[in-house]
Amino acid sequence: MQLDAVPPWSPPSTLYGFPVMTGAVVRLPPEQVRQAQAAYRSAVAAKRLRTGLGVVLLIVALWLAGIAGEVDLAKFFANIHRLPDYVLNLAPPLTWANLGGDIASWFWNIETWLRLLVDTLLIAYLGTLLGAIGAFVLCFCSTANLEKRRWVRVASRRFLEFCRTVPEIVFALLFVVAFGLGPMPGVLAIAIHTVGALGKLFAEVVENIDMKPVEGATATGANRVTTIRFSVLPQVLSGFTSYTLLRFEINVRGAAVMGFVGAGGIGQDLMEAIRKFYYTDVSAILVLIIATVMIIDLATERVRHALIGMEQAR
Amino acid sequence: MTSTLRQAALADLDNLRGRHPAVFATPHGQRALIIGGVAVLLALACYGFWRLEFSFARVGTGLSQLAHIVGMMMPPSPGNRLPVFLWALAETVAIALLGTLTAAVLAFPVGFLAAKNIVPNVFAHFVVRRFLDTIRGVDVLIWALIFINVVGLGPFAGILAIAVSDFGAFGKLFSEAIETADRKPAEGVVSTGGAHLHVVRFALVPQVLPLMASQVLYFFESNTRSATIIGIVGAGGIGLHLAEQIRVLEWDKVSFLILMILVTVAVIDWISTRLRLAIIGRSSMVV
Repeated sequence: MQLDAVPPWSPPSTLYGFPVMTGAVVRLPPEQVRQAQAAYRSAVAAKRLRTGLGVVLLIVALWLAGIAGEVDLAKFFANIHRLPDYVLNLAPPLTWANLGGDIASWFWNIETWLRLLVDTLLIAYLGTLLGAIGAFVLCFCSTANLEKRRWVRVASRRFLEFCRTVPEIVFALLFVVAFGLGPMPGVLAIAIHTVGALGKLFAEVVENIDMKPVEGATATGANRVTTIRFSVLPQVLSGFTSYTLLRFEINVRGAAVMGFVGAGGIGQDLMEAIRKFYYTDVSAILVLIIATVMIIDLATERVRHALIGMEQAR
Repeated sequence: MTSTLRQAALADLDNLRGRHPAVFATPHGQRALIIGGVAVLLALACYGFWRLEFSFARVGTGLSQLAHIVGMMMPPSPGNRLPVFLWALAETVAIALLGTLTAAVLAFPVGFLAAKNIVPNVFAHFVVRRFLDTIRGVDVLIWALIFINVVGLGPFAGILAIAVSDFGAFGKLFSEAIETADRKPAEGVVSTGGAHLHVVRFALVPQVLPLMASQVLYFFESNTRSATIIGIVGAGGIGLHLAEQIRVLEWDKVSFLILMILVTVAVIDWISTRLRLAIIGRSSMVV
């Protein structure tokens, strides 16, 4: 596009059927127009150079990643039919004629699965509860406005970071070796990860509170626990509860896969069904897990909206 | 000073009580609610502990075992397997990078479909949103197991698993970014005679692209963590070695692997934060 050749412009006489006031538009002298265009072109060129460099770096990174990830596109496209084949295999043999009977036979093991689902929910609940209690105790030590000693702040923040960064499954693997198979290592693994995740969120809530009630309590001679109980807690409790409910929903998803390493719940049955190619069992359990997650999602969203409404009405 | 204040307040107690009845009244209704709520939580916890076979003895022996294991973990050392571990780490980062980018590229059009201002059809919007939520509801480990069945063991299954599980998250985030975009540039484009596609290309995309890039970078860091664990079920990466070393009780290698994972996640976190700052500036960073 030729930016230099600006065609001579004459105002139209009508615009959408309305007459135009001629002479109402101010035109820049050609020297200024040329300067403005040159500046625009150089700015666009600089931005294009940066974007181009970024794209080249990205392509190099992708190529290297392709080598490290053993990406073989020929093999992928030769075998791509397997994915829809697998999905079709997952579909249960439902017929309109015998819909009730077919669904009953699709969910043939529903009692065991429901029992395992209750176990999974309890694992998530206990893990979240223990994690929230631990995070509650630790969060006040890691905030800048309530904790004046720097080493306590740094130590507690690093500890929370460690609990948060190591994946739950890794904790679960270690705890299965230490505590044996069963739901207990799953609960402890979720609890420790939750301490880290909730600890950071709680600390952010506490750092944003109004310090005036804290100063008031300190001025009347209250000790640390009393100060926290009367001036910090009323401000932060609804935020804490909201984050805990969010974490519970995430932990239900995490608890469902704890069974992959033997830490209890429905994951064990799911892994068995996938590995043994029991296709309809896989789809049945997946439907149960998705339904549970959706219900918990809706329930916690309702409660959290109510809490946020209560908070804003204060 | 405090004792003088306290003495003065105690002397004037009856007056204070009369002037601020709400502060001195015992909140019976609120207390009953709180006690009831705590009782329900405690009862549920006790039921859970009983049903999941917790016992103090088990916790005790487990903790002593754990202390023994942690003792054996120090000092962390890779033995003679450092090259293998480093290659597995490269594989992990590759899985995260390719999985995140595939998910972003696939979710880009779907984000437009799920946004209310592009596709005003309420039914289509609902269906696409529920579809994305369903994909998100299934954990990435489950997707990894399924894709191992489809494409075999190895990192490719991992890439597909991360791509699919992120596709749900990106679809929802992209559509929310598009829905909250500013309308004024769109009106500007329409006023100069642009069609619907012109509006999308010149008014919407320049606004939402930095937000999308920022979210993709944030998920890249989160996916590096996911990529480390999908190896546990066989989908490539360092998780495979981690599970293997735990199974053969080589605790010093286990702690070295965990250390490698922590360092990698921290480095990727730093890179991702710097890039996000460069793209959208400190004031707009939400996470």
